Amino acid sequence: MIKVAVVGLGKMGISHLGIIRPHKDVELAAVCDSTGYILDILSKYTGLKTYTSYDKMLEEAELDAVIIATPSKAHVPMVKAALERGIHVFCEKPFTLSAEDSQMLAELAASKGLVNQVGYHYRFVGAFQEVKRLLDAGAIGEVSHVMAEAYGPVVLKPKGSTWRTQRVEGGGCLYDYAAHPINLLNWYFGMPSAVGGSVLGKIFSSDTDDEVYGTLYFDDGKTAQVSVNWSDESYRKMSTKITVWGTKGRIYADRQEVQVYLRDDATPPEGYTDGWNVRYTTELTEEVDFYIRGEEYSAQLDYFVRSIIDKNMDNVNGFTSAAQTDGVIAMMIADAEAGPADATESLAQRTAPKRKRFSLFSR
Amino acid sequence: MDKLLFGDNQFFGINHMSEEKARAQSMRFQKIEAVIDVLDAAYDEGVRTFMCTTHDRIGLVADHIRANPTRYSDFVFYPCMPYAHKYANAVTEDGPLGALKRFIPNEGLFNAALRGGMSLARKDVEGVGTLLIDAEMKMFEGLNTPIIFVQNVVTDLILGLGFNEAFRIFADHIRNRYGAEPGFITMNTPRLVPVLESLGIENPIVCSNINKIGFRMSGGMEAYERTLKNHSFRAIAMSVFASGALKPDEAIEWICNQPNIESIVFGASSRGNIRNTKELVDKYWPVTQPA
Repeated sequence: MIKVAVVGLGKMGISHLGIIRPHKDVELAAVCDSTGYILDILSKYTGLKTYTSYDKMLEEAELDAVIIATPSKAHVPMVKAALERGIHVFCEKPFTLSAEDSQMLAELAASKGLVNQVGYHYRFVGAFQEVKRLLDAGAIGEVSHVMAEAYGPVVLKPKGSTWRTQRVEGGGCLYDYAAHPINLLNWYFGMPSAVGGSVLGKIFSSDTDDEVYGTLYFDDGKTAQVSVNWSDESYRKMSTKITVWGTKGRIYADRQEVQVYLRDDATPPEGYTDGWNVRYTTELTEEVDFYIRGEEYSAQLDYFVRSIIDKNMDNVNGFTSAAQTDGVIAMMIADAEAGPADATESLAQRTAPKRKRFSLFSR
Repeated sequence: MDKLLFGDNQFFGINHMSEEKARAQSMRFQKIEAVIDVLDAAYDEGVRTFMCTTHDRIGLVADHIRANPTRYSDFVFYPCMPYAHKYANAVTEDGPLGALKRFIPNEGLFNAALRGGMSLARKDVEGVGTLLIDAEMKMFEGLNTPIIFVQNVVTDLILGLGFNEAFRIFADHIRNRYGAEPGFITMNTPRLVPVLESLGIENPIVCSNINKIGFRMSGGMEAYERTLKNHSFRAIAMSVFASGALKPDEAIEWICNQPNIESIVFGASSRGNIRNTKELVDKYWPVTQPA
C-alpha cells in the first residue's frame, strides 16, 4: 500500500481526498490544513489523522507520497520539503509562480528519483488525448496555427478579496484558467520561443486578470493564439477547446468530442476517413474505478499511484512539463506589462523582427 | 415507482455528447413555458414522474403545477438535491456562513439561524445538513415528493471521504420530516450499495448509469452485474442511451433484459421521442415491475 497524505483542503484538496481514499493501492495516512475547523469535522466523522503543521506531518506520518493542493504561492517550500524527505509529489496547478523555481524542483525530483506530477487534468481527458495521438501521427499534415480557448463563469461581479483574487498569490484567469489551454499547447507542440500581443484584461477583478489573450510563436513557424475569459456567464461551467489547422486538415476538440476534417490527400489514421470524422467522449473515455466529478480527475491520481508502483519517472505532467507552462505564463505577464507597439514608432522600428515579442528563455 | 421517469438535463443545457447541442437546448428552454410544454407532453403520454434538480428554475415549474392541481392531479416530483453550482457560487461570494444564511428556510428566521449557528459552532453535520435539506425542499411545499434523492457528486464525495454517517442523516431526515423514501444517485453503485447496507438503510433506491456500452459505470460492468444480482436494492437506470451513443431500440432492449432494474430515467425534448421511448419500454418490459 502507498501511504498518501493530502495537504490543503480547499475545493481541489477535498476532491482529491475523496478520489484517492478509496483507491485500492492507497492507505490515506493523513490530511493537513492550516484551519482546524474542516479538520475537526473530518476527524470527528471519518476518523482521518489530521495535522495543522505540514512539517510535523512529514516528520511523523511515514509517507510515501503527498498530494499538495494549497494556493500556488505555498507550493515551492512544501514540494521541496517533501522531495528532500524522499516523498513522491503530486502538486496542483499552476505549479509555481516562477519558471526558475519550477525548474529547480524538477531537477531536485529527478535527482532523487521521485515521481512528480502536476494536476493538469485535461491531459487525461479522452478527447484531448485523441488530439495528441492524431498530431503525433501527422494526421493533418504540417500544423500552421492553433487556437486554444477556455471560457467559463467564475468572476461575474466585483468581489471581496481571497487568494484567488490576487495575482501575486497565484489567483486570476491566467493562472487558474489560461494555464490549462497553455499546458495543452506545451503538450502538443513543446515550448514556444516567444510570445506577443499578450493582453491580461480586468473585467470585474481589481487585483488580477479576468481575460487573457495572446500569441505564442514556435521555432518552426507555427503560431498559437490563446483566448481565455473566466467572466463569461454564457458558459455553464469551464469549457476548454482546441482547434488545430494543418496542411491536410483541421482538428477541433473539447471535453465532449473531437471533430476532424481530413483533406483527400491526407493519410487517415486507422478508424478515420477523408472528410468529416467525429469521436465522442463515450468512445474516447476509459472507465475509472471510482468517479466523483469527471473521469480525468480519477485517472490522473490513479496514474500517479501507478507511476509510483511501476517506478515510472517518465510520466505525463511531470514537473519539467509544468515548468514550461509556468515559463509561458511568465513570458505573457512580461509581454503584457511591456504593452503594445506604439503608433508613433517608425515603420522601420515596428517591422524589426520580434520587436515586441517577449522571450525569457529559449528551448 | 413508475417504469419510466422523466429527467431534466435537457432543460439545463447538460449534454454529455456535444457542447453545440447543449447550447441549442439552453436557448430552446430559456423560457419556462418551453419546459412546461415538454412536461405536458410527457404527462399526457403517461410519463408522470419528473426527476429534477433543485435548480431555481424548477421552482417555477413547481409553482405552475401547484397552481393547476386539476390538470396535474397525478404529477409526481422526485427532487434531486443539491443543485451544487448554487452552493459553490454562494460560498465563493459570501463565504460558508453567508451562503448558509442565504439558504436557511422560512420556518422562522430565528429558529433556523439558531439551529444553523449552533450546529456550525458544534461542528454538528446533522444540524447543518438537515437545515440545507429543508432549504432545498422549500420549493416543493404542498407537492407530491415520494422519493427525494441526493445528487451523485455529493453521494460520491461522501462515499469517497468515508463520511458514511451523512447517508444515515439524510435517510432519517427524508423519512421523518417528509415521509418520503431516500434515494441515492451515484456513479459508483458497486461501492455504494454495500455501504448503505452496512448502515442499515434497507432496500435503498439507487440511481446510476446503466447502459449497454458501460459508459460511466465506474468499477466496471461486471461489478454492476454482480451488485444487481446479489444485493437487495431498488435500481433506477440512467444514461441508458449512453448520451446518444446507443440507438434507442438497442438500448432499451438491453436494459430491459438486465435483472432487478425497477425503473428508467430518461430525458427528451419532443413529444415524439417521449412516445417512442414509452413504446419501446412497453414492448420490451411488458410486465409491471413490483412497486
